[in-house]
Amino acid sequence: MFRLARYRDFDWVLLGFVLLLSLISVLEIKSATLHTKFHGFEQKQILFLVVGVVLMFIVSLIDYHRLVDISPYAYGVSIVALIAVKLVGTKVLGARRWINLGGGVHFQPSEWVKLVLIIAIARYFWGLVGKDLTWPDIGKAFALVGIPMALVLIQPDLGTTLTYLPILIAGLFLGGLKLKQAGIILLGVILVGGITWKSGKRLKPYQQARINAFLDPDTDPKGSGYQIRQSLIAVGSGGIWGKGTNQGTQTQGDFLPIPYTDFIFAAFCEEHGFVGAVGVLLLYLLVLMRLIQNAQTASDLPGAFIIMGIVAVIVFQIAVNIGMVLGLMPVTGIPLPLMSYGGSSILFTFLSLGIVMNIRMRRFVN
Amino acid sequence: MDLAPQSESRTTGPVNREEKISPGKLTMAQYIVAGILTILVAGLWRLQIVSAEGYRVLAEANRVRKVPVLAPRGRLFDREGRLLVDNYPSVTCYLLREQVKDLSADLPIIAQGLHIPVEQIHATLRRFQLAPKYQPIPLKQDITPDEQAFIEAHRNELPELETLDEQRRLYPRDGFAAHLIGYVGEVSEQMLNNDSRYAFYQPGDVVGRSGVEQTYDALLRGTDGSRDVIVNSHGKEVGSLGQTLAKPGQDLKLTIDLDIQMAAEKALEGKVGAIVAMDPHTGEILALASRPTFDPNQFSVRLTKSYWNEILSNPDHPLLNKAIQAQLAPGSTFKIIMSVAGLQEGIAQTMHVPCNHGATFYGHYFACDKNHGMVDINNAIPWSCDTFYYTLANRLGVDTIAKYATSVGISQKTGIDLPDEVAGTMPSTAWKLKTQHEKWYAGEVISVGIGQGAITATPMQLARALGGIASGGVFRRPHVIFPDEITPEELSAVHDSFPGSGEKTIELAPANWQIITDAMAAATVTGTAGASHLEGIDFAGKTGTAQVMSHDALARSGGGHRTVPNAWFVGMAPRRNPDIVVAVLWENGDWGANSAKLGAQIIDAFVEKQRKRDSNIRIAEVPKPAVPAEQRPIQPGTPVSSQPALLPTQPRKATTTAGLRPAAE
Repeated sequence: MFRLARYRDFDWVLLGFVLLLSLISVLEIKSATLHTKFHGFEQKQILFLVVGVVLMFIVSLIDYHRLVDISPYAYGVSIVALIAVKLVGTKVLGARRWINLGGGVHFQPSEWVKLVLIIAIARYFWGLVGKDLTWPDIGKAFALVGIPMALVLIQPDLGTTLTYLPILIAGLFLGGLKLKQAGIILLGVILVGGITWKSGKRLKPYQQARINAFLDPDTDPKGSGYQIRQSLIAVGSGGIWGKGTNQGTQTQGDFLPIPYTDFIFAAFCEEHGFVGAVGVLLLYLLVLMRLIQNAQTASDLPGAFIIMGIVAVIVFQIAVNIGMVLGLMPVTGIPLPLMSYGGSSILFTFLSLGIVMNIRMRRFVN
Repeated sequence: MDLAPQSESRTTGPVNREEKISPGKLTMAQYIVAGILTILVAGLWRLQIVSAEGYRVLAEANRVRKVPVLAPRGRLFDREGRLLVDNYPSVTCYLLREQVKDLSADLPIIAQGLHIPVEQIHATLRRFQLAPKYQPIPLKQDITPDEQAFIEAHRNELPELETLDEQRRLYPRDGFAAHLIGYVGEVSEQMLNNDSRYAFYQPGDVVGRSGVEQTYDALLRGTDGSRDVIVNSHGKEVGSLGQTLAKPGQDLKLTIDLDIQMAAEKALEGKVGAIVAMDPHTGEILALASRPTFDPNQFSVRLTKSYWNEILSNPDHPLLNKAIQAQLAPGSTFKIIMSVAGLQEGIAQTMHVPCNHGATFYGHYFACDKNHGMVDINNAIPWSCDTFYYTLANRLGVDTIAKYATSVGISQKTGIDLPDEVAGTMPSTAWKLKTQHEKWYAGEVISVGIGQGAITATPMQLARALGGIASGGVFRRPHVIFPDEITPEELSAVHDSFPGSGEKTIELAPANWQIITDAMAAATVTGTAGASHLEGIDFAGKTGTAQVMSHDALARSGGGHRTVPNAWFVGMAPRRNPDIVVAVLWENGDWGANSAKLGAQIIDAFVEKQRKRDSNIRIAEVPKPAVPAEQRPIQPGTPVSSQPALLPTQPRKATTTAGLRPAAE
């Protein structure tokens, strides 16, 4: 099974772009935490990156077909883990998202469930290839994603819940959903969404506040509105060239909330301006285009589906996070892939990349 | 639960199916990705290119904070340069509301650390509910070093607490000269909105709210400076961009003589009333006291509710400066003005009136307190014979009386440089027609002759009137600041702000002038003020006992303290071209002779001081006010307990000990 020659097929270009983004991330985390008690987080981030890269190589060696095979069991374990976290999880900031494994290691199941879901959905739609999608097929797909979504939503963790959604959408899109069916689903979502909105009971007060603040940042200048406002000031005051590394007054003066995780792009925009920001977006474009290309060259459909699921999740996170930073989206607490500080996010991204490499390296197998 | 397909055969893949995603779908995915990123670039363009300048301004406003550097207020001195009002350094704790996420959780800790009830903080927050969020709220003024240490120690946990160094007013204790000096307080919304003088003031500015503090606020306040500091989101100072220095307020020397003021305060102790002493040559006020008084130190720190209620509920209105705001019937002191009218009209010189415990006019019997027998102008004043003045009033008529009274300043403000002076009333036929739309009845003039009826006057008016009459008709504008302390422009602005009868000379025949002043001198020897005789001092005066209600009303009310007549006295030394005139009002003091004794104490203090000066005896120096003990750095070897006798002090605690003691020699 193990053939060294495969590393010729390893996507070194993709890895290059990814590591460039990671480098930018480390530098910005260093700058953003310079005067805070989080000083030194960039070193922890480097550690996460090293672990991530190692894991990526390990995962790239395991035939992804094995992953597809075990995905039903992994799915089952995921559901159990999500229930467990609700029952015995550690409560942080009012939400149970973590299981304490002892020794300072905390495990956040919802992040890993994402990967399991991508593979499970790929497997599911692969099984339906060649035939027209019936409403029961669609219903099953909704249930497949809906159950973990519901479990994460009650943690509560709206941000992660939402990241499961693009997996379903990508699956339906690639699985051959008809335009008519898509229209009916969209109509249904709008209807249900409208009713939920009207009742106003489904959202936690802080979630409601975030949406209100998004619609009008000045209503709540202390809470979510304050975050959006400070983010806009940071980005806007950066101008074309930015204020320079360690020179962002919004970032260094602690006006920008959590400038090393959720709002790292705002910090980067402030210090490196429009030019730097567009550069980063360009790097993201290159990474994503490279991923889609890998989907195209994948040797079989499960591989292609998996890569497109990963693309969907990454695109969604970029859009929601940067959209939030730019005031185009409400505050959701979704990290920016490859930029935000945090082990779970990095490990997810690099494990995903490991699977992509895996698929790429096996493109001529069959 | 597991909805994934179960078939094992799928692992190897159904070979009969197409194993590629259609290129069209992947191209579409690429467009979607590119489209999303393009939208984000557009968002960046909007913020960083189009609106960059606006956001740069906002970022700067975030970062730079203007911290006021408060100018110390000018100090106040007496005419001999003795310190009356000083400042002491004080620290105020403010609450910043901008950055705090959950304030309510911190409030109990804050309340404990600052030793204030949580409810009080809630009340303060409610009061400032509508104020802009960036405006810091003063939580507690004049905090102790302990409380300051608490704030410093909790900088990280309670970043919303901020302190500001201020200079706070230190007034003499026990309300000494409180009405003259006034007090400072925050400028009220009403003042900001309705008074053009406060157009350039900011909410929260401390301004003079009464007395000299109010009149000369513009000079005393100086100009605040500011520092531009760089702060982080917790308001913590991380750098500085430069500063504008504060310009301290101007020190002012009052015309008050501390020794005479002390005598006045002492004379009024425990009474309700006012004393004014003035130098009639210049109009300089030598002493001005009013009772009951209040503690202006309580006003300079946030007023406690209990103290405010105490002031409001006092029926004698402690905040009222009775020297210029009490409008009361002047009683027999008005007979001086009657004498001026009678003599100038050529009537009084030849009048001989038989007094038999009163006389009958227009069918009514008007009483006199004694059977004076045959009375002329020379003994009518010292004996204060009502019958004589009933007769004189009847012959003069009310309009003639009003003409003379108005010419000496009755029913007009004196124009003293203190706020809220009142004018009093002088009845006349025109006045009655205007105010009551009624005809004047001839009989009403009789009681006007003894300063009763509708006549009201303030002690200040009477002092100025007497000063002018005793100076041969030269009247001065009373004032509490030496004119050379301020520029001519400022002086004329003050005169414009406080219009009144001011400086004036009336015609007064020397013979008439002599008759009146001689008769007043006799009053302190053989007359109504005989008990107040000062041996070896040329002391002249006139008592007044003014009924506070009519005989009928008195009979109905059944007596009581508040029905007792007001005791007046106006006096001077020497009798002609006096160096000092004094007016005493003792509300419900029963007899004018009682007030005469108080007036004599003032004159005595004045003369005593002149004698010491003439014999080159050192005048008591009152030590400068001490900084409150807890604020004062204690130096080794220095005794801390050098509390001066009078000025003093401990601004916060109500001093129950010790009234005013004259300074030890």
